[in-house]
Amino acid sequence: MTSDDPRPPPRRSFFGALGPNELKGVFWQVLVVGVAVAVVAFLWSNTVTNLSARRITTGFAFLGREAGMPIADSLLTYNPRDSYLWAFVVGVANTLRVAVIGIVLATILGTLIGISRLSANWLLSRLAAVYVEVLRDIPLLLQLLFWYVLMQALPAARAAWRPVEGVFLSNRGLILPAIPIGPPQLRVLGAALLGCAAFFVIQRWLLAQQMRDGKPRPAWPFALGLIVVLPAAVSLLLGVSWKIEWPELRGFNFVGGLTLAPEYFALLIALVTYTSAFIAEIVRSGIQSVPRGQWDAASALGLRRSFMLRQIILPQALRVIVPPMTSQYLNLTKNSSLAVAIGYQDVVSIANTTLNQTGQAIEAIALIMAVFLTISLGISFFMNWYNARIALAER
Amino acid sequence: MTAITDMPDLPRAARRPQIGNPVLRWLRTNLFSSIPNGILTVVLLAVLGKGVFSFVQWGIANAVWLTPANDSSACKAMRGLGACWAIIPEKYRFILFGTYPFDEQWRPALSVVLFIALFFLSTRRALWRRELAFLWIGALALISVLMWGGVFGLSFVSQDRWGGLPVTLILATFGLAFGFPLGILVALGRRSKLPAIRSLSVLYVELIRGVPLVSLLFMASVMFPLFMPAGFNIDKLLRAQIAIILFAGAYLAEVIRGGLQAVPRGQYEAADALGLSYWRKHRLVVLPQAIRHVIPPLVNTFIAFFKDTSLVLIIGIFDLLTTAKTAIIDPAWQQFSVEVYIFVAAIYFVFCFAMSRYSRSLEATGGR
Repeated sequence: MTSDDPRPPPRRSFFGALGPNELKGVFWQVLVVGVAVAVVAFLWSNTVTNLSARRITTGFAFLGREAGMPIADSLLTYNPRDSYLWAFVVGVANTLRVAVIGIVLATILGTLIGISRLSANWLLSRLAAVYVEVLRDIPLLLQLLFWYVLMQALPAARAAWRPVEGVFLSNRGLILPAIPIGPPQLRVLGAALLGCAAFFVIQRWLLAQQMRDGKPRPAWPFALGLIVVLPAAVSLLLGVSWKIEWPELRGFNFVGGLTLAPEYFALLIALVTYTSAFIAEIVRSGIQSVPRGQWDAASALGLRRSFMLRQIILPQALRVIVPPMTSQYLNLTKNSSLAVAIGYQDVVSIANTTLNQTGQAIEAIALIMAVFLTISLGISFFMNWYNARIALAER
Repeated sequence: MTAITDMPDLPRAARRPQIGNPVLRWLRTNLFSSIPNGILTVVLLAVLGKGVFSFVQWGIANAVWLTPANDSSACKAMRGLGACWAIIPEKYRFILFGTYPFDEQWRPALSVVLFIALFFLSTRRALWRRELAFLWIGALALISVLMWGGVFGLSFVSQDRWGGLPVTLILATFGLAFGFPLGILVALGRRSKLPAIRSLSVLYVELIRGVPLVSLLFMASVMFPLFMPAGFNIDKLLRAQIAIILFAGAYLAEVIRGGLQAVPRGQYEAADALGLSYWRKHRLVVLPQAIRHVIPPLVNTFIAFFKDTSLVLIIGIFDLLTTAKTAIIDPAWQQFSVEVYIFVAAIYFVFCFAMSRYSRSLEATGGR
């Protein structure tokens, strides 16, 4: 199968430039593709026969029908009269709610633990090592069930724990004080987001100017103006209220505030602690990959420690950290599908209910796959972009 | 922040005078090297002390270790104050072997022992020869005979009565035994010069790795019957096993591909120069080197994969985790699930920790 065949090229024949090796290649490809096509065709014809025998129509028309399934906990408003399509969208939002917050928290916790493992403090580094070993070697599903059982064993709403004023922990979940976000508040947040984007552009421009003439131009006035003053002005102009809503116990349940349902909370804890153990190892190996000379050189220059870490060590460590981190983010997102085991309604759980209600197995599973492939591609795309940005620029 | 800037390999530790009582010196360098570090140590000790104290109180001092059969009143009396370890002697046969006929449970027990012996022998480098493959085939056949029975005077036990630890070990081991060769083929396919074969391999790997294992298992349990001709149906365990093999194959393929990339080009060229055929070249020259390169990540994939077999709980197969979850449905013992989960977690931990230690030792010796 080598292309650099030392023998003289065969005479032009019926097969043109095809030599014996190429012929063999063609043969193998035809064989493998033929087998694959035959297997797919076999499965396809069986499926068509089985579906018609069970009187199941194929296609995505069922998505428009009324779903009729209850969804207990969701970001988006939903009621059982809504369509299957909307139920799926709610499920995707629930998956993203766990995945995005989980990724952020797992990164923070994992980084702290990874740094702790390198601490000069023997006790701290040992504890971090034990944390990593224990969490990595126990199945995630088992940890998830464990946390869920603990959540259910919490006291009832009336006897809820109150670690801090306004925070309740009970078998109804974790209840936090929150600012209700409606359209007026969203407008202010939008202004803040726009301000951030504008500041980003201006900062790049300032840096480009500094590169040209070497004169430093302070960026903080712009930051203050765009990120603080602008949203504040919008808020005052529109008269938006930012009153914190404190939850309180009324009767047998809580009113107001933000409720993290036990299912969501258990899933989040399990995903964050489990993934953080893997992230800790990645962060540790990343920091250890920075040569000792870099530390020595930085301290010889008399740099402050925080500056040294931020400007010298981390940029180099990140090059080692980012690629494996991407796969951890993907793992966390895929693992959020374990929600189905404790009844948190993520996209997999909703697809599974749909499948049981309608019998549209192929479509439901195709939707799951489409959703996860899209999310995975999104994460890889973003991380690859980030990786390319921080990669070593070699000539 | 102090944590990282006080890394042990920085010069400051070395400058400390090496005098005085060695214990004090160790404490000074490792726990009290600076004031923030000292404070950190004290805080950690306090938290750790409290944690260990409450665990000892709950798990040992106040725990109920044994109760009369099927009587959880002693446990209920201590509920919230102490652990109920009595549930383990009460339920361990069910957790370990599921609904396998009670009098025949020596057979799954012996299978577990065989599995462990097989794993242990496979870690011995001196035994990495062709005979090991025959040993595997022989042992797996023996385990099948033990589990199924129906020959040599053993009574027949159908697959739907299997459960617990043997099922976990079967799913993991057979998944590996078939997933590994599949992974090698797919890895070779992905590096092949033939475009059709390469794209099929890429498609397979990316599709399987792009979706959660849960959805593959759903597919195995719900869609497989749709795929098959009418009247043809295979056991649920076997369906899950196929899903797990396909899953393992895709992940192992990527690890092996990494190994193939690490084999220097000269090795391929040398094999070509000897006139070896494609298969002989890979079997004799390339694969042995490629696999040696990736033994540590392979072991890590095995660990991940061993843990992931627990997901079959979702489609209702009685592996170790499912039997544990079922054991606590019993109303008398319902409130003591934490103890059961700790027990099962310990079993998983022993297997995974042993594997990760082994992988560590291989890394240390450079896979040689």
